[in-house]
Amino acid sequence: MTAIIEIQGVCKAYGGVVANKEVSMEIKSGGITGLIGPNGSGKTTLFNSVVGYHPIDAGSIKFEGKEISKLQVQDIARLGLLRTFQQTRIYGLMNGVENMLISLPHRKMNLWDALKPNSKEDYEKADRLLEFVGLYEKRLLKSGALSFGQQKLLEFAMALMNEPTCLLLDEPTAGINPTLINGLIDRLKRANAEFGITLFIIEHNMRVIMNMADTIYCMAHGEMLAQGTPDEIQNDQRVIDAYLGAH
Amino acid sequence: MAKKKLILYALILVFTFIAPFAFPAYGTQLATLWLMIIVAITWDMTGGQMGYNSLGNIFFYGTGMYVAALISIGQVYDVGEYTSAAGGGIYEFTDAQYFSGLFLGVISAGIFCSITAVLIGYITFGLRGPYFAIGTLAVAIAAGELVSNWEWVGGGQGIALPVYPGDLDVGKTFFYFLFASVGVSVFIFVKWLYGTRFGAAINAIRDDEEKAEAMGIHTLRYKLITWAMAAFFVGMAGGISGFQLIHFEPLETAYQTINLGIFMVVCVLLGGKGTLWGPVVGAILFHLFKEVTWTYFLGWQWVALGALIVVTVVYFQDGVMGWVMRKRPEWFGIRVEESK
Repeated sequence: MTAIIEIQGVCKAYGGVVANKEVSMEIKSGGITGLIGPNGSGKTTLFNSVVGYHPIDAGSIKFEGKEISKLQVQDIARLGLLRTFQQTRIYGLMNGVENMLISLPHRKMNLWDALKPNSKEDYEKADRLLEFVGLYEKRLLKSGALSFGQQKLLEFAMALMNEPTCLLLDEPTAGINPTLINGLIDRLKRANAEFGITLFIIEHNMRVIMNMADTIYCMAHGEMLAQGTPDEIQNDQRVIDAYLGAH
Repeated sequence: MAKKKLILYALILVFTFIAPFAFPAYGTQLATLWLMIIVAITWDMTGGQMGYNSLGNIFFYGTGMYVAALISIGQVYDVGEYTSAAGGGIYEFTDAQYFSGLFLGVISAGIFCSITAVLIGYITFGLRGPYFAIGTLAVAIAAGELVSNWEWVGGGQGIALPVYPGDLDVGKTFFYFLFASVGVSVFIFVKWLYGTRFGAAINAIRDDEEKAEAMGIHTLRYKLITWAMAAFFVGMAGGISGFQLIHFEPLETAYQTINLGIFMVVCVLLGGKGTLWGPVVGAILFHLFKEVTWTYFLGWQWVALGALIVVTVVYFQDGVMGWVMRKRPEWFGIRVEESK
């Protein structure tokens, strides 16, 4: 498996606070890569650097071999590298179907296509994906009225609608009730297997990430601490120390 | 349901046709109503559907007026000579010159305003929220001041255009139908536009621009195109207004930021932002309110208008259509559906 995202020596500081120090990692194409670490260890900062939310101080980030660390959010999204937000972001005033239709991949359209109404296939695709995440019954409600967990599922469905090559998920299971989590794990795995989308996931829930990921990276204090398979990470003394605050 | 809608549209169209003949005394009033509808619908394109509250749309109205006038004069006479005579010289226009100047001028006004919208938008769309409103307002005010100091286009005195050749009552009806045809066109245009993927994309920009960017929507491109579309219709309406008014000057008529520039916003707020019918309903209600107060409460009309704005903004933010939508959500298809 080749690397779809290569991160080399990325540094990012907010004023005096160093959030990422010489971080390097690789996300394998077609796989599920996890990123864990205690609160404040710099995971979301790294995510934001990858998707172009802020400029990085040093280092290089490549997506499919192309340097993207200087590109802006929209340009990166148009390459097929998409992210979901830790604080879920959906269009609250619109219903589920509208949310899905907005998420059609505009990068694959020219202006002429954009000036057409949504086709029957678009609607079918929206319905199919809404069914996939289990929101079909609620698709005509304003999405702002959905519960937080349902909004997360909707955001995930929207991301799938966009047909990304690689999807970055920032804590997909945070705030979702435990019974829904199993369903979500299953769906993430299916999205990876059936749609061939590379997943890169920040997660706090160890059970979830150990069940899904094939490779896990662990960060602490802005630095990359360890990498390995779920088993290796679980038995790594440095990781355990970082979580228990031995540092 | 579809049949009912069709009948409704047909009735409105029929009323549009017979209105100037049924109420001949109100010909100019009805023409102004159509103008209000045009500027309200176009304001809602950016303000309601895209979330960019422009206070500068009046810029396109004024610019359209000037462009149309200059083109129609310029095809017959030297513009500088014509304007320096300030209507005092003898400048005849034949019927053919008048109408060709009018149509060519109005179309050019639309196109010119679209281009300026892209140029101005490229700078001002970097601003968000109230900053965008103030920024665009500044553009309109500055344009008014600049034009009023530009002698070649008549300076502060403005421009006097030729009078409609022929019977003046026929002229009134003629301008009514010009405005009405632009108004009907803009309504049909936005009704189509809001049903496209493009329409959905500008709604996305309104609700969460950062998210729209993160989903790869070409936000700047779509914002520029939307404003250019709006400017096209406002520019044409401005051009027609110039010929209807015969004489216009820069600060009070063309770039009238405190009158029409604000009225269009109030119309949309009153009718309901971001809805198809809101701007139309709002424009009708506002125009009625304005004319009634101007007629029966002369001297207090600005107070009444101010009160209307305050009440709308503070207590009635959703407008008429928003209120209906809250009371009768099922009319708009908001419901839980059983699974397949």
